[in-house]
Amino acid sequence: MNINELKRVASQVRRDIIRMVHGCQSGHPGGSLGATDLVTALYFDQMQIDPSNFQMDGKGEDMFFLSNGHISPMFYSILARRGYFPVSELATFRRLGTRLQGHPTTAEGLPGVRIASGSLGQGLSVAVGAAQAKRLNNDPHLVFVLMGDGEQDEGQIWEAAMYAGAKKIDNLVGILDYNKKQIDGPTDVVMNLGDMRAKYEAFGWKVIELNGNDMQQVVDALNEARKGAHQGMPLLLLAHTEMGMGVDFMMGTHKWHGTPPNDEQAANALSQLEETFGDY
Amino acid sequence: MEYEKKDTRSGFGEGLLEAGRRNPKVVAFCADLTGSLKMGDFAKEFPDRFFQTGIAEANMTNMAAGMALSGFVPFTGTFAAFATGRVYDQIRQCVAYSNKNVKIAASHAGVTLGEDGATHQILEDIGLMKMLPNMTVIVPCDFNQTKNATIAAAEYEGPVYLRFGRPKVPNFTPADEKFVIGKAQMLQEGTDVTIFACGHLVWKAIQALPNLKENGINAELINIHTIKPLDVESVLKSVAKTRCVVTAEEHQRNGGLGDSIAQVLALNNPVPMEMVAVDDVFGQSGTPDELMKAYHLDTPDIVEAVKKVIKRK
Repeated sequence: MNINELKRVASQVRRDIIRMVHGCQSGHPGGSLGATDLVTALYFDQMQIDPSNFQMDGKGEDMFFLSNGHISPMFYSILARRGYFPVSELATFRRLGTRLQGHPTTAEGLPGVRIASGSLGQGLSVAVGAAQAKRLNNDPHLVFVLMGDGEQDEGQIWEAAMYAGAKKIDNLVGILDYNKKQIDGPTDVVMNLGDMRAKYEAFGWKVIELNGNDMQQVVDALNEARKGAHQGMPLLLLAHTEMGMGVDFMMGTHKWHGTPPNDEQAANALSQLEETFGDY
Repeated sequence: MEYEKKDTRSGFGEGLLEAGRRNPKVVAFCADLTGSLKMGDFAKEFPDRFFQTGIAEANMTNMAAGMALSGFVPFTGTFAAFATGRVYDQIRQCVAYSNKNVKIAASHAGVTLGEDGATHQILEDIGLMKMLPNMTVIVPCDFNQTKNATIAAAEYEGPVYLRFGRPKVPNFTPADEKFVIGKAQMLQEGTDVTIFACGHLVWKAIQALPNLKENGINAELINIHTIKPLDVESVLKSVAKTRCVVTAEEHQRNGGLGDSIAQVLALNNPVPMEMVAVDDVFGQSGTPDELMKAYHLDTPDIVEAVKKVIKRK
């Protein structure tokens, strides 16, 4: 898919995000909007996948894990728009009986989701396990995992980072959604992350830095990561993003981490996002 | 009859090796306790299927879940304290809730871990694990049963918590006995009282039988090696006959085997019951035998509990 087409998909995904969290008056719009470009490029351009025949084992496919499960609106929208399940189901987000739980789960059998996430810091470990399974199966496809920057506070992230570096898990691509904000405020204030590039490099990772909201850079970085795979090192895309990207009043603040817009705010947000593929 | 003394953890080690030979999808993770868990033979025979994680139990648990996605049957190995409490959230989210085919092998459970003391002597793990939906909880009683339970766990599809221990104890169950998950094991039929025991307390209860007989008490002894799913039918059938119950376990009274049995009785057939278990305290350093006595988990404690409960009938 070319860059303009990817941007058009991302615009519709952002509309879905706003409409989903507005519809149920709960959920996490800020991080969802910020990570949209990264995951859109993965699902619509990069990953070898078969949405019409979702298999839990992901054999012969690339696999994606969402570690920061609270940005589920973005994940659900992309899965639906890519054909894993009907787009109309997005209207059920966070409602009783839905397959689109507040945080992604497998309990309801939603195609595209392989493991629950939401409790933070666990997705990188899951992805390392899945990557090792691919190696045992001689499956050359890659495993991608999106992580939040806030969850880098979790010790388990560094257990997994150390393991992946030490054991040379080189079919693994971590993507750090580095928006520099978490619930309580800027990461610099809550828990200064220091030099994330140096940290991952010290753990034996190859780090590719990019603007995660520039679709061309995202695609270029993912292409570079694919070329760099299977060369003895895990890869990290250190993706500088903007929480709330695409909606002016949601940018530059952590306020919209977990707050839904009211009717007026939703209308304002939607007026800034082109409807490209039809609202659900 | 004299039985050879063997540790249940060695039963796990042999069972894991056998499971690995039977199924090439069986893989194993260990957090720097390969020797303690007796996983060395598996690691030696299947080096590509053995993953040394270092002292990082959270990462180990979630890696196992990630590997299970692709049809592998991962065992994780560490001490019971670190296999449960330390990684409860990881188990809850990615193993139990996500219903992944991970086998949590937990050694050195209970006070029989001995001299290392209470930091390592977990007495709450059965409760922690049985509370999780989708989780099967198995507590075998000797070497042979642990080996056979390990093989059965590998063949079973779904999350399993497999609890065993450190000390050498009499190996009295038959070597070739097929382990049936969820099926209570009748060891001695009787009419006056039912003793439900698990793990190391099963042998302690067997030792109580001659004494009880001398006192004119015809006790029934049932090994509840699967705490969850509990064999409710066998429990109720026995209790209908004996009309009183003693439970015995190396675990806190809160959340253990006795707690599960009490729930069944309260809901179906309330009868007098006594519980041989640790009563809301932590363990301490000592030899396993000293500790079993100090925490009233020994054969005389079972005898006393039986006498007491029969008086309450």
